[in-house]
Amino acid sequence: MQAFLDTFDIYLLEAVVNGILLGGVLALLALGLNLIFGVIDVTWICYAELVMIGMYGMYYMVQVFGLPYWAAAPIAILLVAALGAALHYIVIAPLLTAPPINQLLATGGVLFILQSFATVAFGIDFRNLGIRLPVLAIGDMHFSYSRLLAFVAALLGMLAIYFFMKRTYTGTAIRAVAQDRQIMSLMGVDTKRIYLITSALGGALAGLAACLLVLQYDVHPFVGLSFGPITFLICVLGGLGNFVGGFIAAFVFAQIISLGGLYSDLEWGYVLAFAFFIVMMFIRPAGLLARRS
Amino acid sequence: MNSRYAAWAVGLAALIALPFVYREPYHLHILVLILIWSFAYTSWSIMGRFGLVSLGHGGFMGVGAYVTALLWNHLDITPWIGIPLSMVAAGLLALVVAYPCFRFRITGHYFVLVTLALSGIVLQVITATRDYTGGSLGYTPNRAPSGRGLLALQFDDKTTWYLIALGVWVVGLLIWRWVDRSMSRYAMEAISEDEDAAAAAGVNVTAEKLKITLISALMTALAGALYCQYQMFISPDTVSGIAVSLQMVFAVIVGGLYVSLGPTIGAIITILLAEGLRIGFGTKAVGWDNLVYGVLLVVFIIFLPKGILGSVLDRLKPQPKPSGTK
Amino acid sequence: MLELRSVDAGYGTFQALFGINLDVRAGEAVGVIGPNGAGKTTLMRVISGLIRPTNGTISMEGRDVVATAAHRIVDLGIAHVPENRRLFPRLTVDDNLKMGAYMPGARAKYAERLEFVFDLFPRMRERRSQVAGTLSGGEQQMCAIGRALMSDPKLLLLDEPSAGLAPVVVQQVFELVKRIRSGGLTVLIVEQNVQQVLKVVDRAYLLEAGTIRASGTSEEMLSTDTIKQAYLGV
Repeated sequence: MQAFLDTFDIYLLEAVVNGILLGGVLALLALGLNLIFGVIDVTWICYAELVMIGMYGMYYMVQVFGLPYWAAAPIAILLVAALGAALHYIVIAPLLTAPPINQLLATGGVLFILQSFATVAFGIDFRNLGIRLPVLAIGDMHFSYSRLLAFVAALLGMLAIYFFMKRTYTGTAIRAVAQDRQIMSLMGVDTKRIYLITSALGGALAGLAACLLVLQYDVHPFVGLSFGPITFLICVLGGLGNFVGGFIAAFVFAQIISLGGLYSDLEWGYVLAFAFFIVMMFIRPAGLLARRS
Repeated sequence: MNSRYAAWAVGLAALIALPFVYREPYHLHILVLILIWSFAYTSWSIMGRFGLVSLGHGGFMGVGAYVTALLWNHLDITPWIGIPLSMVAAGLLALVVAYPCFRFRITGHYFVLVTLALSGIVLQVITATRDYTGGSLGYTPNRAPSGRGLLALQFDDKTTWYLIALGVWVVGLLIWRWVDRSMSRYAMEAISEDEDAAAAAGVNVTAEKLKITLISALMTALAGALYCQYQMFISPDTVSGIAVSLQMVFAVIVGGLYVSLGPTIGAIITILLAEGLRIGFGTKAVGWDNLVYGVLLVVFIIFLPKGILGSVLDRLKPQPKPSGTK
Repeated sequence: MLELRSVDAGYGTFQALFGINLDVRAGEAVGVIGPNGAGKTTLMRVISGLIRPTNGTISMEGRDVVATAAHRIVDLGIAHVPENRRLFPRLTVDDNLKMGAYMPGARAKYAERLEFVFDLFPRMRERRSQVAGTLSGGEQQMCAIGRALMSDPKLLLLDEPSAGLAPVVVQQVFELVKRIRSGGLTVLIVEQNVQQVLKVVDRAYLLEAGTIRASGTSEEMLSTDTIKQAYLGV
């Protein structure tokens, strides 16, 4: 009996730690989506599909062209950043004055485009980098280095965004636009440019997430569906545009998924997370942290 | 007004007569698909036109299809009972998700994202329960022994299916019209314009929204179940998930959201387009049809947000006086 | 310095300004007075580029304002303190001031301008890391004016600086305007508080229903019968 309890605790602890590690990447995704929503007032439904494209970018650079991982990662980040900027320029900018629902649906169209583009261009086979990072064993617990790396890199990415937003003129302007977009021209700020930069930043975050996820998961055209919905739930629970709320919600959801996955398939972890979300809507309808106005 | 009814009656009579004079199976097959999807799109637009943009309908459709098929295969429950049960299941799911949304004023972006997650989750559940549902490989209802097709709601001839689909489609349009005409429409319009004003005017906003959502979800589940019975094969991608939800929105936007026949026009255009692309690109080119779909969706939203039928009608209609409606 | 010639402007189909002619000379303080809805705020917005005139010309030191992109008008030396202050409520005082110095030219002088603003409003130095939304009304007005001054403007547009403030604070705000003036800055100020504003400006325009009804020096305006009756209640 005692032995049973010991192993049980070990697995539980392992799942908790893995949940925290997963939380880092989810928080990164939520940050990107929140950034774009907070500043431009648009939700990119196709956000996880940008990640998917980034993952394919990594796959091709590393596996097909033989680039080392560390060299491919910055290129992938830039690639997805450019994709984000293009998405804004081509699809969102013409719709800025349209009803918000139209902007949302247009990015839904882009989701279609990216998924089917990947199907057409890359096929439906599952691909991976073929990089197997070692596993860290602490006692009886096992943590893969790819998850640890992902967690640390995600935190560093978020920290970089934090300092960018706090320290630079452009970062301050991005925060300011989110609060009062009409008067930005009085400050000499070109809102269009800020939107474009924000979109590129959101893309870059998706690109970073892609570099980290591709170490852990196979890439296929529909891989975005595995973490897109959960990212949306995180953002809604944390309050759209609320960075801190998104951060906390990401870790809460990651725990639920990880612990849920402990007892059964990962998919059930998602289902559990959704059930939790519905319950939370009753308890805290204004979001995890009600937004200060 | 009478001439309009006459036109509808003549049109309907022609549609009923069609399979008895024209029997080309492939064309009838396309017509059945158009009618079933038109019904699904119509049920989406019942919600969508009031600003309740749901991307969860892929979920309702999946519940309709899978619950019906699972009950038949595992518990021998005839679809005649299974379909109503699946509709109840979808309705319950809709209520569970929609009630907190409406109660706590989760609207706009939030509502879209919550419903989007719903269809994502339904897809996950279907995949997770692969021991029962076949997962992403798809699922086939058991063939009924010969002579018991009626009990199993399985028919080999296209004419029967055509007539069933036609009937359901007409019912869908009647429901659309009923919602359009009924008192709740004014309430709903008040809601979609200004929730506070509607509430102040004594409209029970939450109840009205729930009613519409429930009707819409029940109809969508029925569409999913019929699709399953007709095709005798379902897979998570074809009846559930975000892609199916987006497909509905796409078709309705293409056809026109505020016109009763808009979703039907959307279904005709999208299905003919998909078939055309499928034949044009050949079976190897998986994904091309969706690629064109996506591009068209984006182009439509940017340039023709009222849809084809809506835009044409706008142009045909004499311009209302400046002080007029809207 | 600033010249408006037969300027028309409005929102959509609604026209708010009709053939406005207005001049502000360097070093002057000029007031625009008039009732609610006369188009005073629209006038300010059309000068700073928040809305564009449908007709007429605006020039700042000989340069065409209408042809300049809205976000470049600050570079012409025009700073606008908008109606209701419009601070960024969740940014700190520091960050609000930083936004005022966003243009490349102003960034170079950031430290110097910050000292200038803090000397002018010592209160802002104390509150620099406080979130702007939590400042009192008077402090918010200081912060808004400070933000505008960060760009080192030649012309300061003040839209209803006394609106919504307690009478004592209103006094302080007008004192501030006087001090800013004495620093050599040109000021164009829109006010409903006619009595107060006429004490600080050299000249004033009376704007009614989108047209200029009268203009003159402060003394002339004060002695005009219509103004006395309608705005001073004498």
